[in-house]
Amino acid sequence: MQRTVPLLIAIVCGFTMIVSFFIPAAQRSGDDVAEIFNILAAVAFVLGGGNLLKIHLKKVSDQAAGWGYSLITVTAFLLTLCVGLFKIGANPADRYPGHAWSGEYSETGSAFWWIYEFVFKPITATMFAMLAFYVASAAFRAFRAKNTEAVLLLGTAFIILLGRTYAGVILTDWLPDSLSGLRFENLTMTIMNVFNTAGSRAIMIGIALGTASVSLKILLGVDRSYLGGGRG
Amino acid sequence: MYEFFRDLDRRWIFLLMFLAVSVPILAQLQFPEKPTGLAESTFREIDDLPPGSRVLLAFDYDPASEGELGPMATSFVLHCAAKGHRMYFLALWPVGTRMIEQKIDSVLRADFPHLVYGQDYVNLGFKTGNEGVIKLIVSDFPRAFPADIQGTPVSDIPMMQGIRNLLDLDLIANVSAGYPGTKEWIQYAVTPNPSDIRIVAGCTGVQAPLMYPYIPSQLPGLLAAIKGAAEYEKLVMDRYGHLVHAEDGRVSGIYAEGRRRMGPQLIAHVLMVILIIAGNVIYFVGRRREARS
Amino acid sequence: MKRETLVWTIVFVIGGVMLLANAFLRGAGNQYVRVDERAFVNVGTDDDPKWVNAGSDDILDHDAATISADRRVSWKTSSTVDARVWAEAERADPGQRTIVFSLSRTVGTWLAALFTLAILSFLYRDNPFYKSAESIIVGVSAAYWMVVGFWDTLVPILFANIVPELVKGTVMPGISDSPAMDARIKALVALVLGALLLCRLLPKGGWISRWPMAFIIGAFCGLRLIAFLHADFLSQISNSIIPLWVVDPATQTFDIWSSLENITLIAGVLACLVYFFFSIEHKGVVGRTARVGIWFLMITFGAAFGYTVMGRIALLAMRLEFLFEDWLWLVDPAGRHAIG
Repeated sequence: MQRTVPLLIAIVCGFTMIVSFFIPAAQRSGDDVAEIFNILAAVAFVLGGGNLLKIHLKKVSDQAAGWGYSLITVTAFLLTLCVGLFKIGANPADRYPGHAWSGEYSETGSAFWWIYEFVFKPITATMFAMLAFYVASAAFRAFRAKNTEAVLLLGTAFIILLGRTYAGVILTDWLPDSLSGLRFENLTMTIMNVFNTAGSRAIMIGIALGTASVSLKILLGVDRSYLGGGRG
Repeated sequence: MYEFFRDLDRRWIFLLMFLAVSVPILAQLQFPEKPTGLAESTFREIDDLPPGSRVLLAFDYDPASEGELGPMATSFVLHCAAKGHRMYFLALWPVGTRMIEQKIDSVLRADFPHLVYGQDYVNLGFKTGNEGVIKLIVSDFPRAFPADIQGTPVSDIPMMQGIRNLLDLDLIANVSAGYPGTKEWIQYAVTPNPSDIRIVAGCTGVQAPLMYPYIPSQLPGLLAAIKGAAEYEKLVMDRYGHLVHAEDGRVSGIYAEGRRRMGPQLIAHVLMVILIIAGNVIYFVGRRREARS
Repeated sequence: MKRETLVWTIVFVIGGVMLLANAFLRGAGNQYVRVDERAFVNVGTDDDPKWVNAGSDDILDHDAATISADRRVSWKTSSTVDARVWAEAERADPGQRTIVFSLSRTVGTWLAALFTLAILSFLYRDNPFYKSAESIIVGVSAAYWMVVGFWDTLVPILFANIVPELVKGTVMPGISDSPAMDARIKALVALVLGALLLCRLLPKGGWISRWPMAFIIGAFCGLRLIAFLHADFLSQISNSIIPLWVVDPATQTFDIWSSLENITLIAGVLACLVYFFFSIEHKGVVGRTARVGIWFLMITFGAAFGYTVMGRIALLAMRLEFLFEDWLWLVDPAGRHAIG
């Protein structure tokens, strides 16, 4: 029950999707599976939120190290959740003015929009922007031309960095037209269209084969690791 | 001197990077932009469609990549509006709806007030399921998106009449920050239906090199990172910029964001090259010293 | 007081005074909004309401003046406008109420700036400001995703098919209150599987969540198997079948550069694939080919590095633009703040 039923569910769902690709008559079944899959993805968001709450509430109740930050997380979570679920500050939709709850929950000017605009957006955007600093530090400390492979990597990075800005034009614009292929901007295009395409295509083919084999192993019941432990 | 650079605190490098980006912003440094082939082919894909064509604008990104992708999204919307295409907005990223609303506000409502919601553009919002959503809309659009973001059923939206599935649209213009994004649109929508639907995309720098193997048969147009955004922005503004000039000649700053960001980009790239060279010089000097001792 | 603490205190005090001076003397960071009133009148009956926009021409067909207050609804909407627009409106009509200062958005802008600085402060060292901002974003993001999943998917696709009357009567008045039977059945299956998935949160009986997990994994594998083989395997082989002897269509002459590019591309793909083939020892011809493959991959990674740097710098530029342009008003490339 604990292992056989889920195994059967996975096999049936997986093969329904595959068959729906080849047989038009089975397409509707494939769409049904996709529709339920999409709904479960939304439930997974709820599960994620619930899990976060569970972990941090435990930390707070145990007064574990850093529980104060967990309290901040829980407060921010509950506040955002209430504001969003109760559509605080959102107006009714113009089409349905008689229904107070008909408006868009993240409408500009609503409380949920305010949290997005002034809390969510600056923090997430700045966190990713920080990588600019770390990539600079890594370039200074870790990028070493130790061998041929490293030289190729470094050389390509140089050309791309310069060729994708006006710096490339400033540095190599003096080259005559007969050597225009050596201008940084043109070298960049050659690298991307030829060398990068070759490397990326090989990686893509490798990943495709890997994905197909893992999928087949799961659908044929060879790989059951997703079922975890327990009795069958 | 050698020891100073070898043991340099990384915070000095952080400071250099901060200056390399902030000084050009404060000095408002800008450089000329010359569009390359991929930006031109992206432009042509949208421009060659007859006015009134149906374009799906899939905004699969969030604030974490808005710096690169925001200008592309702006230019896509401006280009479609200027050409008179009908725009179908949707998102596979939860925050994508905010990105859509922002562009509708700043481009369509601000500079194309004559366009009517539901007739010229519609915001279908976000749905969970990643590629599951694409798989569903390829065969049955209203099943995945039964209503728009305001809760209006698609059967009551004039521009949704006659749209059974994705293949009834003419082009996908995707702005993508990762998964799900351009790769999934190509895998689940374009590759199985090559003669029915085409796609152009704007991607982050991280994704762009991985998209090249799809060019041109599966992906005829690609805007790669902020440089791609700046090139496409220039093409669109050169052709259609006159439509968004106010009476006093003023143009909203959002139509120059891409080109403006190429200023700090240049200085920071040069700094990166200098840092790599400096790091290597220190490394080789250190090795020589070790060999001597 | 430690010397470092003293230095930081002085820096914060001076910085704070300058920021406040900038805000009060120049209005930096101030946000303005255009306020619009939306008013609707019910010209139908209570059982069959018919709402008409009080600002539209349609209202002229009805005797709006006689309609009682309980059949009217109105609310205000606000959209952000540039400080320049506010200044122009004030010049034209001092004290006007259409474009006004927005306290909530101004406070929000300051908060956003402080959050930006809190995150950036990690560059100096880990500190409570950074940790607090980090904790806030963890909670906000999880809740944000939950709210979005609820309103955008669960309500219109799941609940609208299970409790259509409730959904129609409250949040989506436009939907049908009698969905098709197969849609209801599918929604019920999804509801049951969803409930089982949430059992993962229970201390005991979590194993039942394997059923919906198996559904997700099975469907995902089925989707990916075909898509990857089609788009990333077969299509890539197809994309690699290109002429090695290229003739320029315009001049009908041999195009050496295009031919070389195509030959290099094919050779590169094959060499990389040989490198990925680990079932044969990389010796002799295979070894040398694999080495060429590594070179191609190194160039690919170099290109990826260059593009990644490019992306990160663009993100940083955007954050600094926010600080300098929207908050501090140090630059104004589009003339948004010109209020003088």
